[in-house]
Amino acid sequence: MLLLAIDTSTSAITAALCGGPGPVSRTVLDARGHSERLAPLLAGCLAESGHTAGDVTHVAVGTGPGPFTGLRVGMVTGTTFALARGIPVVGVCSLDALARTAAAAAGDGELLVATDARRKEVYWARYGVRAGRAHRLTDPAVARPADLPAEVRALPTAGRGPVLFPDLFPRPLPVLDVDAAALGALALEGLELGLAMPVEPLYLRRPDALTSAERASR
Amino acid sequence: MSADEPLVLGIETSCDETGVGIVRGETLLVDAIASSVDEHARFGGVVPEVASRAHLEAMVPTIERACGQAGVRLQDLDAVAVTSGPGLAGALMVGVAAAKALAVALGRPLYGVNHLAAHVAVDVVEHGPLPEPTMALLVSGGHSSLLLVPDVTSDVQSLGSTIDDAAGEAFDKVARVLGLPFPGGPHIDRAAREGGQVAIDFPRGLTNNRDMERHRFDFSFSGLKTAVARWVEAREASGEPVPVADVAASFQEAVVDVLTRKAVLACMENGVHALQVGGGVAANSRLRAMAQERCARAGIALRVPRPGLCTDNGAMVAALGAQMVARGREPSDLCLPADSSMPVTLVRA
Repeated sequence: MLLLAIDTSTSAITAALCGGPGPVSRTVLDARGHSERLAPLLAGCLAESGHTAGDVTHVAVGTGPGPFTGLRVGMVTGTTFALARGIPVVGVCSLDALARTAAAAAGDGELLVATDARRKEVYWARYGVRAGRAHRLTDPAVARPADLPAEVRALPTAGRGPVLFPDLFPRPLPVLDVDAAALGALALEGLELGLAMPVEPLYLRRPDALTSAERASR
Repeated sequence: MSADEPLVLGIETSCDETGVGIVRGETLLVDAIASSVDEHARFGGVVPEVASRAHLEAMVPTIERACGQAGVRLQDLDAVAVTSGPGLAGALMVGVAAAKALAVALGRPLYGVNHLAAHVAVDVVEHGPLPEPTMALLVSGGHSSLLLVPDVTSDVQSLGSTIDDAAGEAFDKVARVLGLPFPGGPHIDRAAREGGQVAIDFPRGLTNNRDMERHRFDFSFSGLKTAVARWVEAREASGEPVPVADVAASFQEAVVDVLTRKAVLACMENGVHALQVGGGVAANSRLRAMAQERCARAGIALRVPRPGLCTDNGAMVAALGAQMVARGREPSDLCLPADSSMPVTLVRA
């Protein structure tokens, strides 16, 4: 089993090949370069691991939530790659991947993942942590940080939320962006357990436009 | 691969159509389209985020449908082509990323091509090899350009373009003024059939002597659109009914008159004997008729692909990609960007 994992929901453009003796993962930080840099990154991952595209048996994509344009680049890359190879593709919530990385370093209890949703908002979800493993307690959501309950903001927080709003998230964890290797590990576990992992983008906001009827009623 | 009959898949996502076409050499095998136009109609125009979401949803099913209908397996492709610009940035990125994924997964060369050049190249699947040089008049909701095309795979020159609204945009806006639905082109065309082409004397932009020096082959439709709106407002203010058919016909006549007049002039002044009309507005019946009449009088061969190949589609991208492969043009790099303002002189990014 060789799983290609891709995530473009944060400032990191990240890809990994998992399932072998140790994941090969590559990440570049470029919040505006998803469309240019992801494909060379994939090709690089394959070359570095000594595999060809034909060796890949599964694809996993981060389904966000994340800034839409970048998110779509990773998702369409993963789904089209899978189509071309005739292999299955699964989706993993990108916040879960951040939580997985953060939980490895956090003690038992709870943690928060809060990522950049632009427009002075964050995408967030709350996680329970036991023995270094995270499980999600709330559905992914988007909110202004100040609107989150104080006890939620007070949790140890992964993602770029604390970098953007240091006054509102006082306990930053040193995990800022998604690592595709963590996303791939979650996908492998999900496949093992036979979980449903739909490949649906988590936009959490509707497009910014008014219908003609809405315009008329204003 | 057969060098002169390459099997190429083309992806087009520059606006609201997810297009996937497959061409073998100069033969069109399939042209699959998923359009989000109905979703945009509710908003009265194309909403970029709505278009981008629809592209992501439609990409895999549309590729599958194209392969199924053509009886082609993806691994049989010789190359992958994609519109890399110009167009809506977020929409382009979906197509570019999908094309790159195919290229990496299949180990095939990638051609990022210019949307406008693809509109010209598509006619090979309908009417055979392009005369060289060809003059191209491309008119759509996003573009109004006059192109001199010595070689569509490497050399496209811009003689002029709109300095404000695209022709199709003017159709949409005038349709809104007349209470006709979006997209405006077909509705105005239909309404105009009952109206008088010379009922109202609307302005012809950039055609007076001074403009013909400075903007010889440029277009302007913003003033025309405003003139129509003012005329209709004045009519409504005086309590008289608006003669929709007459306004539609006279407006359409003004647009088509300028487009064809300048296109024919460009052919004559550049010694070009073939004019191709493309883009969504090429579906307009009056534009086809007047272009036919004026080209015939000037001894110019007119080529207009069928309407489905004039609007945005994947076949045109595949057709240009196939011509690039056949002529031995270099493929694009995997770090190819989606370029929303890609100049038409850049045929392959």
